[in-house]
Amino acid sequence: MNISYGQAINQALTEEMKRDKKLVCFGLGVNDSLKFFGTTKGLNEKFGDDRVFETPTSENAMTGIGVGMSLYKNPCVMMHQRLDFFLLAMDQLVNSAAKWHYMFGGQKNIPITIRLVVGKGWGQGPTHSQSLQSWFAHIPGLKVVMPSLPSDAYNLLKDSIRDPNPVIFIEHRWLHGSEEKKIIKETNKIGVSKLLSKGNDLTIVTYSLSTLEILTMKKILNKNNIFFDHIDLRTIKPLDMKIIKRSLRKTKKLLVLDTISHPVCSIGSEIISQIYIDKKIKLLKSPILVTLPDVPSPTSTFYSKDFYVSKKNIFDKIKILLNKNININFKSDIGHDVPNSNFKGPF
Amino acid sequence: MNKEIYKKIYELQKKIRSVEEKISINYKNYQMRCPTHLSIGQESVASASGLALKKKDIAISYHRSHAHYLAKGGSPRKLFAELHGYEEGCSKGIGGSMHLIDLKNNFYGSTAIVSNSIPIGVGLAYSLKINKQKNLVCIYVGDAALEEGVFYESLNFCVIKKLPVVFICENNFYSVYTHIKDRQPYNRKLFKLAEAIGAKSNKLKQDNPYILFSNLEKIFNKVRKNPFPHFIEIETYRYLEHCGPNDDTRLGYRTNKEVEKWKKKDPVIFSKNYLIKKNILKRSKIDLLEKNIIKNVDTEFNFIKNLKKPNFSKIRSLVYKK
Repeated sequence: MNISYGQAINQALTEEMKRDKKLVCFGLGVNDSLKFFGTTKGLNEKFGDDRVFETPTSENAMTGIGVGMSLYKNPCVMMHQRLDFFLLAMDQLVNSAAKWHYMFGGQKNIPITIRLVVGKGWGQGPTHSQSLQSWFAHIPGLKVVMPSLPSDAYNLLKDSIRDPNPVIFIEHRWLHGSEEKKIIKETNKIGVSKLLSKGNDLTIVTYSLSTLEILTMKKILNKNNIFFDHIDLRTIKPLDMKIIKRSLRKTKKLLVLDTISHPVCSIGSEIISQIYIDKKIKLLKSPILVTLPDVPSPTSTFYSKDFYVSKKNIFDKIKILLNKNININFKSDIGHDVPNSNFKGPF
Repeated sequence: MNKEIYKKIYELQKKIRSVEEKISINYKNYQMRCPTHLSIGQESVASASGLALKKKDIAISYHRSHAHYLAKGGSPRKLFAELHGYEEGCSKGIGGSMHLIDLKNNFYGSTAIVSNSIPIGVGLAYSLKINKQKNLVCIYVGDAALEEGVFYESLNFCVIKKLPVVFICENNFYSVYTHIKDRQPYNRKLFKLAEAIGAKSNKLKQDNPYILFSNLEKIFNKVRKNPFPHFIEIETYRYLEHCGPNDDTRLGYRTNKEVEKWKKKDPVIFSKNYLIKKNILKRSKIDLLEKNIIKNVDTEFNFIKNLKKPNFSKIRSLVYKK
């Protein structure tokens, strides 16, 4: 039986709650009828109200409360069904969680994991679809993790919970339904990216949803004689530049698919800048960065078609890097507006 | 109350004032290079509450926290070293005046952004509760804290979960140079706001620290026994500027008359006179006590003279815990 990304998260949470009797889970929706997109199913029943609880709609206070609990004896997993709401908690994230260990001379650390879900399509619009990993990556003291595949979601959520520092764990909503045959267990993978496939033509760097995009395009690209190193970042901070550089020494062509982010000060622009200042790396072509436009997400399905990055957009960039002139008609189950044909909203 | 506690309260008031005066006098040597908010005038609240708290109780505070840190047992030497930026400071010189900590005495930290430490104190209280501990968390806040949304968010959570939290609100009327009358409706009672959220709430006076101590002790005992959030407003007054070592009345945001009115009922002087009048301590004993306090503060301050300059390369690795 296959396991989905959402089920992998549920399994990791359940196992960690069982392993660490002090671990606490909270957030709006944790115990509601839908169980946080199914990811918190069974937790309250197994571990009780003290350790798994609903919260008032108070993002900033609840983040600080999590900091306080983790300062004492209770590491926490806090969760938000949309990242955008977490913006109310920036004081507690940036001024407290990220700095506590450093600012008090290393006397106390903050083992808190903050799960944030990012929306796309179905009219999520300007304030329900922001993926702000580059904000968080900017702050010293935070780690930022964005797994793409169920196994990575399982392993990295466990790593995040066991990490003694605050970790921002970002899940794209469209990944929750994606499946693998089984979980391949690994540990200590925060800060370690993964080479998903090998090829000499170019290096494609992806993370989160863009990893899935490339996985679904891979077959047809290979069929057209395009072979590439596919690197799934998995962690945004610390960024694993080594694996990217190693690949570029071979392929000398770089495509970064930062397709759920705006372009300015993005993870993609960070990668390209780090490549550019490394004199040992000589590229044959200017690197290409694909992002959303520097425009907030529109709600209407008519607008969002052009707002989001399509497979055709990605393929056009590959053609530029490889000087190829072929045409492929991409049909896939991931449209611009829904993760799959069964999806009927609402979020 | 026994005689010993009368003595202890005065001793602590005098110690806090002496530490703060030491900082104020020496600040102009430009060796303490960080924003510093002195507690002179506000010692009564810290002393009475600090002594009414047990060592096991947790305290957390805001930017004007020297007095709270000292009252919970924090070392003056580590405070002086912190202000001077030395590794021997309570936060290794990384935090400065606004980020004090003394875990040995369960002073979990003070932070600089208004209201920032409130939910952290509440989280500590939640942990106390689910770990079945019998101690409480004392959260020091100023009057402006009640203008931040996070105060209400946090207090609401305390009420829902029946947490062992006591908020001590030092209402000194000013947020920097802005009087509370320009920030909140005329005649509003701060403690009524907390009551409306569902906390037990009252207003106490700082003028007689002995009465304040005894009232706080009763409330603390009650909260330890039956955990429930309490909010206590106490009107107080800072004599010096919002931030820095000087008198700033000349700026015109407050009048000399107002400052003098508060100085006339200075709680440190009140306590001393009370001890003499009630025959608790003889004047000669008090003189000796004061002499010792000042001598100790001098010794603690002189400690910094032999410290070595710390090196930035040593603290870089503290950003993350390994």
